[in-house]
Amino acid sequence: MCDQTFVAATFGPCESCGKASPLMNIYIKTEAINYCSFCVEMMACKGLQEGETVASLKKESESLKKKLDEERGKLSDIELNQVAEKVEVLGPLCIKTRRVLKGHGNKVLCMDWCKDKRRLVSSSQDGKVIVWDAFTLNKEHAVSLPCTWVLTCAYAPSGCAVACGGLDNKCSVFPLSLDKNENLSAKKKSVAMHTNYVSGCTFTSSDMQLLTSSGDGTCALWDVESGQLLQSFHGHTADVLSLDLAPSETGNTFVSGGCDKKANVWDMRSGQNVQSFETHESDINCVNLNYYCQLNPFVSGLCCCMFTGAPQCRFYDLRADREVAIYQKDSIIFGASTVDFSLSGRLLFAGYNDYTINLWDTLKGTRVSVLFGHENRVSRVRVSPDGTALCSASWDNTLRVMSWSTMSNILFYTQRKGCCILRLFSL
Amino acid sequence: MARDMSDKEILKMELDQLKKEVSTARTPLAANCAQTVSMVEELFPNDPLIKGVSDEKNPYKGDKGGCTVT
Repeated sequence: MCDQTFVAATFGPCESCGKASPLMNIYIKTEAINYCSFCVEMMACKGLQEGETVASLKKESESLKKKLDEERGKLSDIELNQVAEKVEVLGPLCIKTRRVLKGHGNKVLCMDWCKDKRRLVSSSQDGKVIVWDAFTLNKEHAVSLPCTWVLTCAYAPSGCAVACGGLDNKCSVFPLSLDKNENLSAKKKSVAMHTNYVSGCTFTSSDMQLLTSSGDGTCALWDVESGQLLQSFHGHTADVLSLDLAPSETGNTFVSGGCDKKANVWDMRSGQNVQSFETHESDINCVNLNYYCQLNPFVSGLCCCMFTGAPQCRFYDLRADREVAIYQKDSIIFGASTVDFSLSGRLLFAGYNDYTINLWDTLKGTRVSVLFGHENRVSRVRVSPDGTALCSASWDNTLRVMSWSTMSNILFYTQRKGCCILRLFSL
Repeated sequence: MARDMSDKEILKMELDQLKKEVSTARTPLAANCAQTVSMVEELFPNDPLIKGVSDEKNPYKGDKGGCTVT
């Protein structure tokens, strides 16, 4: 290391590295600093304040994290499943596949329900975005996008538009028209512009605002009409993989999960990161907010949210600011990539990479049932807005709509009586 | 954006965030869990995927006849 020659007035231990050497006496903001020339160089080129190094920042960060864990631990006096012991156990659930939506030419990456509870939009790796009528299996609209990986799609609350985005770094909005001859691609409007892929998008309570998450590590709120960036959310240190908005008219909180193994809760108005949860396990593939408080809104708004990553799904309570339940089983070795709650919040549907959907009892922490049917990993599960059906999108190019079934109840009981019985075909 | 930041900047960002979070208001778990449980119990009877819907109201009921064995 080539040392600069300078006139040294003092010689002694450097205040930064502690080694005895000629010291440079300099002043930073009227404070006298006596560092050896090496440390002065380091400080100058890294722009650090006095006494800071990457190592010291890390140490401070670690100690704060420990303190945070301690604070959270103080309130951990009971487990959710202990509180839920008195709750009745769920009876046998019969959820059967009612519709199989075929039409995509490649993996279906995302889907979203419309508020009218019968339409849904799905996007696929083949570049197509299709709007389906789940009751009649009719494909109402189909749009081809120039970029093939359409990672995310969302239905507008009014049902008049869909938004989609992906590897083109943009999120575009298409108004849906009833005219079959109209070319929807021509009416495409690019709303969001990110510097990396768009991993998730959702409309807020109106058609006018769009919230997006991106591989560039940020989330952003956009005005659909003008394409203007209204608010951007910085805080993730790696790609943001998913986001979910609090389901309420006045909701202004959302949660985002990313490759930095963190899930952050944000305040939409201020752009501040209000709470953050770290899992230490693996990337957070999907976050989901369930707003239990529709009947009794709390001042703070939400009470729980849910993340997945590895084979465990974790349940966090936002008010207590800690994890309250983990849904896992030794027999499950594949990661979960998507979750959604049932209408009451009692059931959690989680789609796994082993092609199944597991149903968990959120309160008791036990697995209730497994839904089979897909022939490749499940990329997205969503419960319809009225809670009557569950739609799952998969890499096997199909979507399945499932709902409650009565017929299999009879099958279940007669088998128990030991009767010899032909298999009833599924309705 | 996160990719363009140097390690030091990322650490600083995390540190600022942690400082904010250490002082957030928290409520004890027992109360929250009890509330969660009671909320879910309240909405539970109306959950169509758990309690089910009658065939008349079920928009997805099959159109095929099917047969029963007696």
